[in-house]
Amino acid sequence: MIRRHLPVLITLAVFIVGYLICLAQFPSFASTRVIGNLLTDNAFIGIVAVGMTFVILSGGIDLSVGSVIAFTSVFLAVSIEKYGLNPYLAFILVLGIASLFGAGMGFVIHTFQIPAFIVTLAGMFLARGLCFVLTTDSIPINAPAYGLITDIAFALPGGGRLTFIAIVMLLTFAAGIVLAHFTRFGANVYALGGNRTSAELMGVPVAKTTIRIYLLSSFLAGVAGIVFSFYTSAGYSLAATGVELDTIAAVVIGGTLLTGGYGTIIGTLVGVLIQGLIQTYITFEGTLSSWWTKIAIGALLFAFIVLQRGLSAASLRTR
Amino acid sequence: MPSVTEQPQLLEIRDLTKGFPGVQALHHVDFTLHAGEIHGLLGENGAGKSTLIKVLTGVFKRDAGTIRLDGDDIAARDPADALALGIGTVYQEVNLLPNLSVAENLFIGRQPHRFGLVRTGEMRRLSEKLLAGYGLDIDVANPLGTYSVAVQQIVAIARAVDLSAKVLILDEPTASLDAQEVETLFGILRDLRSRGIGILFVTHFLDQVYAICDRITVLRNGRLVGSRPIAELPRIALVSMMLGRELAAEALHRNQRKTVTGEPLVTFKDYGKRRLMEPFDLEVRPGEVVGLAGLLGSGRTETAKLVFGIERADSGQAFVDGKPVRIATPRDGARLRFGFTPEDRKTEGIVAELSVRENIILALQAQRGWLRLIPRRKQEEIADRFIKLLDIRTPDAEKPIGLLSGGNQQKALLARWLATEPRFLILDEPTRGIDVGAHAEIIRVIERLCEEGLALLVISSELEEIASYSDRVVVLRDRRHVRELSGSDVSADTIMTTIAGH
Repeated sequence: MIRRHLPVLITLAVFIVGYLICLAQFPSFASTRVIGNLLTDNAFIGIVAVGMTFVILSGGIDLSVGSVIAFTSVFLAVSIEKYGLNPYLAFILVLGIASLFGAGMGFVIHTFQIPAFIVTLAGMFLARGLCFVLTTDSIPINAPAYGLITDIAFALPGGGRLTFIAIVMLLTFAAGIVLAHFTRFGANVYALGGNRTSAELMGVPVAKTTIRIYLLSSFLAGVAGIVFSFYTSAGYSLAATGVELDTIAAVVIGGTLLTGGYGTIIGTLVGVLIQGLIQTYITFEGTLSSWWTKIAIGALLFAFIVLQRGLSAASLRTR
Repeated sequence: MPSVTEQPQLLEIRDLTKGFPGVQALHHVDFTLHAGEIHGLLGENGAGKSTLIKVLTGVFKRDAGTIRLDGDDIAARDPADALALGIGTVYQEVNLLPNLSVAENLFIGRQPHRFGLVRTGEMRRLSEKLLAGYGLDIDVANPLGTYSVAVQQIVAIARAVDLSAKVLILDEPTASLDAQEVETLFGILRDLRSRGIGILFVTHFLDQVYAICDRITVLRNGRLVGSRPIAELPRIALVSMMLGRELAAEALHRNQRKTVTGEPLVTFKDYGKRRLMEPFDLEVRPGEVVGLAGLLGSGRTETAKLVFGIERADSGQAFVDGKPVRIATPRDGARLRFGFTPEDRKTEGIVAELSVRENIILALQAQRGWLRLIPRRKQEEIADRFIKLLDIRTPDAEKPIGLLSGGNQQKALLARWLATEPRFLILDEPTRGIDVGAHAEIIRVIERLCEEGLALLVISSELEEIASYSDRVVVLRDRRHVRELSGSDVSADTIMTTIAGH
């Protein structure tokens, strides 16, 4: 029982230790303001990481999410600011496009048995290219609806704010947990990641599940794109480059096995928060270059992958 | 108790034929399975057992013939479809999902649910109830992979039976189980038999056949040899059905069988590995050919792998020239100047894309280390010498080895190890799949090698052949070395009666 949850427990321990270190150095880390900002600043990464967790659990990978986020923000900026589209209508429209895009990638992956890596790499270039077709400029979004939505927030005791986008992220995680652990779809995702051939022999609907997994990932990348546009109030073609890699890192640090089949959604939340914590620490520290974030993430990622390898080797031995 | 033939016919196969390019895997095979019987399916390598099972479960499409289940013609599209029709299969390597919980494995795709959410508690309760029927009391919330193969197999059986299986196919289920686990499994099978399920049991272990089966069917080279009630079939008759030879009235003896004396080159004492091979003693002297005989799965190849270090022994000791040595990896074996030509040339031996020369020098080069490249001229010299010595038929040494015939590939493999100047050579099925002419040549090579003082351990399924060149023969049965034959005892007949065990 303990060993099954060991990776996520270790992730949690790393987060707690990291938080205590930050707290010892900067007592203001205890304030709700810092915690509120931690959630807000990482909202779009968190949302897209939920989708990525499903993809990786099934033994796949989705490299297109960063581009889908950029496409979403550019699409919103262009349709709302240039063509005067109702923002809410634009949200629904862009989520539909993103879902179709993901379903299409899932369909290609399953039908032609092409590795997800290649298909989503193509998807990444395609979505990024489409951004530039729409516009090459950074377009600010000034629609009143944006002001309204970004103003929604719960005041936390101590001066912090739980913003709308932070709430969206937390709700996405809650929905992700239910979907992964309490539905047939969730069991099918784990089954695919465990052993695709066995899953097929046991009657798991492989085609339907694969398509739904990538649809979900792109849909959540669309949601993350909308949240990102709230966060930046702009649409820009070069935005969110490399986000897919940050997301994969968060998922792996969160205890999900890159080979699929093992992992949890809650672990991914902790993984995202660890990344956010490092970033916040570097901001507080002030003298360190922000690239230290990458170095810290790199070291952590490396440590976690070695740890996972060791754990799976150990569990094989004790069998 | 009514005899099984009075039970209704459950599965009826008539005239089943299946061919692959170049091979006729099944010729007009008939097979009948009654409800409430355990039916053993036996045969050596290439007999057609696995083809028959794969046609039944929809992995392969048959060329001709009918399959009837409960009187209805069936044609399964795939294993999932076969299961839906009522034919469940449990393989030796369990094909469930080790990362999911036991309960999810039992109920995936049909989990009890409410408002779209799986009722996990209910699913666990049902799973515990289901497994209790098999005498299994485990935490069903744990991942399946945390349990032993035996438990996983019971879970697989429980799943197949629960999914309305009328016919249960068990493909070598006992191969990786220990004695007690086999007993538990048999208890379950007897229980299922009394519930009217027809069980098709594929195994190589004769003792198990006699312990559990009601009837047996033997296949050989894709043809039906016969179906018999086990009670009327003496072991020797069963073995002769499987091997396809009758006891000869006059045994063929090799004239000048020598008794090699002197100090053994290699000695193994109580050498074994749990779940793979019972501990055995083995000695081979320089200039001596020791044969390993037994049915498929009796532990011949396992013995060879332990001796060469491909499998690591967990008991016993090994000695070379009377000094204790450690053989834990093939590198250890090679360093002690052992050589090994594996049974499956295609996957374990030759590198098809490389030339004959490169294949021949491979082991020698590996022994020297990759930094000390053998000069090209020297390579050509070695290759040419062995091509001449073993009469390898190839236009030149640079031809990719994959283009050569099986016999010549086998000779090139032999050359690979001979080039390292081994003292002890293990040949696993050196004559399998090669034509008669090449066959005789390989045997001549074996005889010449032992005259030169090499110690040889040879595995073969061909009893006549192994009796003709071996000085001693070790007979294996059910993963045990049961008897060692030497001198005038070495004959195909004695080997066969020893295999049968009575």
